[in-house]
Amino acid sequence: MSVDRDAAPDLAVPPASGTAAVSLRGATLSYGDRILWQDLDLDVTPGEFIAVLGPNGSGKTSLLRVLLGLRPLTEGTARIVGEPPGRGNRRIGYVPQQRAMEESVTLRGRDLVGLGLDGHRWGIGLRGMRNRRAKVDRALDAVGAHAFADAPVGRLSGGEQQRLRVAQALISDPEVLLCDEPLLSLDLANQQVVSALIDQRRRAANTAVLFVTHEINPVLPLVDRILYLVDGRFRIGRPDEVMTTQTLSELYRAPVDVVRVQGQIHVVGAQSGLCEDQPHHLHDHLPGED
Amino acid sequence: MDKLFDFELTAELLQFGFVQTALLAAAILGLLAGVLGPLIVSRNMAFAVHGTSELSFTGGAAALLLGVNVGQGALAGAIVAALVLGLLSRRSSDHDSVIGAVLAFGLGVGVLLLWFYPGRASNKFGLLVGQIVSVDFASLALLGGCAVLVLLVLLAIYRPLLFASVDPEVARARGVPTGLLSPVFAVLVGVATALGVQTVGALLVLALMITPAAAACRITANPLRATVLAVVFAEVSAVGGILLSLAPGAPVSAFVTAISFLIYIVCWVASLARERGGRRRGVVSSAAVAAPAVLR
Repeated sequence: MSVDRDAAPDLAVPPASGTAAVSLRGATLSYGDRILWQDLDLDVTPGEFIAVLGPNGSGKTSLLRVLLGLRPLTEGTARIVGEPPGRGNRRIGYVPQQRAMEESVTLRGRDLVGLGLDGHRWGIGLRGMRNRRAKVDRALDAVGAHAFADAPVGRLSGGEQQRLRVAQALISDPEVLLCDEPLLSLDLANQQVVSALIDQRRRAANTAVLFVTHEINPVLPLVDRILYLVDGRFRIGRPDEVMTTQTLSELYRAPVDVVRVQGQIHVVGAQSGLCEDQPHHLHDHLPGED
Repeated sequence: MDKLFDFELTAELLQFGFVQTALLAAAILGLLAGVLGPLIVSRNMAFAVHGTSELSFTGGAAALLLGVNVGQGALAGAIVAALVLGLLSRRSSDHDSVIGAVLAFGLGVGVLLLWFYPGRASNKFGLLVGQIVSVDFASLALLGGCAVLVLLVLLAIYRPLLFASVDPEVARARGVPTGLLSPVFAVLVGVATALGVQTVGALLVLALMITPAAAACRITANPLRATVLAVVFAEVSAVGGILLSLAPGAPVSAFVTAISFLIYIVCWVASLARERGGRRRGVVSSAAVAAPAVLR
């Protein structure tokens, strides 16, 4: 499952810094002869907020899957919290897309959050119940979810569910937070609430955030750097470096206009395929996943 | 039907060893069904349970024909069915059609096997609607042993299984081996289903495996409380069904299904009533969205 654990460090590129929260060196991911991204070098420092952008199928979600240890890299090395990616690393938090949970599912908000703490452990967990309850209560308080913590999750609104998701990811006190389109299908107010919660966490605990999104504007004020993936190519840099007409035209290899309107960034493409505003796919599910 | 409330006759029949054995078997089955039920409901496996139970009938029919123990045949049939269904339907989108296809074929085979069997018709009928009063000590030992095994495995895997059942994507991201847990749980369900086939029969196994849990899940979202309630409901249905069937000498299945369905209806009405009350109070949570604590 892990990626090149024993690979000798490549002397041509600087070795991964020991303090980086996430570090990729020459990372390449391909399915058959289709390359999602190639020769990706990226160091994410603790407390940094990185937005991962790109059109559908550009491998944004796959990058998170690599870091979660669910997919091996085709080439190159990856390290996260100083270790090779492996399944179930406690120091990594994960916030998925908002996806309507079935109304009938037998689960309360506090159970969802609790599973983030110890759902991976064997047994039924009767020991330490009181301690667990206190931790869950603290996590619920931190996202303002106490009012609906005992309601069935399937009955909650998308915004309420995503707040629980953030609590679920943060309860294990992660050093890196991987977010896969956590704002998708939320209204504007809830987008702000959820992104503010994530921002608050990284400032308070110096947690690195990798935030996959198809829409930069809701998180633009929070973003330190952008990783923009297009068709196997990529750019990394500050928003004002990456989100320019010149850079994105080079990246897309097509004329693209980047328009700034009232502090928002809009990418206007000659081809409709560049449109970023469509809701997404349920994951870049490609052959060989799972 | 006036014998239904002939308690003297019931008390008299309770003296018999085979009746006590039947009650014990029902109690064990109720416990198993109640514990597994909420997870089955969460995983949308009701139809898979139905398919597994029908295929355990096929296994039982094969055993009958081969002259080996019917209970063991049903057990083998259910485990094979659980594994086949688990392996063939890895995507939820085609889950139901796979079960439908395998189930129809398996039942056809079972019918053919029974046709080959030269024995008495009551044996054939018993596999479909159950004949708990024929449970002997050997079957009881098998039932008890299997139940203990299923409960032990379930205790060991409960938390990650719950995680994988209600929140598979995050569970996978957190390192829960979801791909391994599915077939393991399917086998646990298969074993419990096969045991149910012995007592209430293949056609009515849902009455114990699904209905009590579905009723419990109607009135609570707390997984632990749902499990406790499902066990209580399943015990009341199974043991109560036998007790009621004693005096009139009626089929156990009819009473078991009637009681569990009655419980389900009561829970359903209770949940409707609570929903109506909850909607009036629902104003609180939308206000919480408008003024989130974090932005203050």
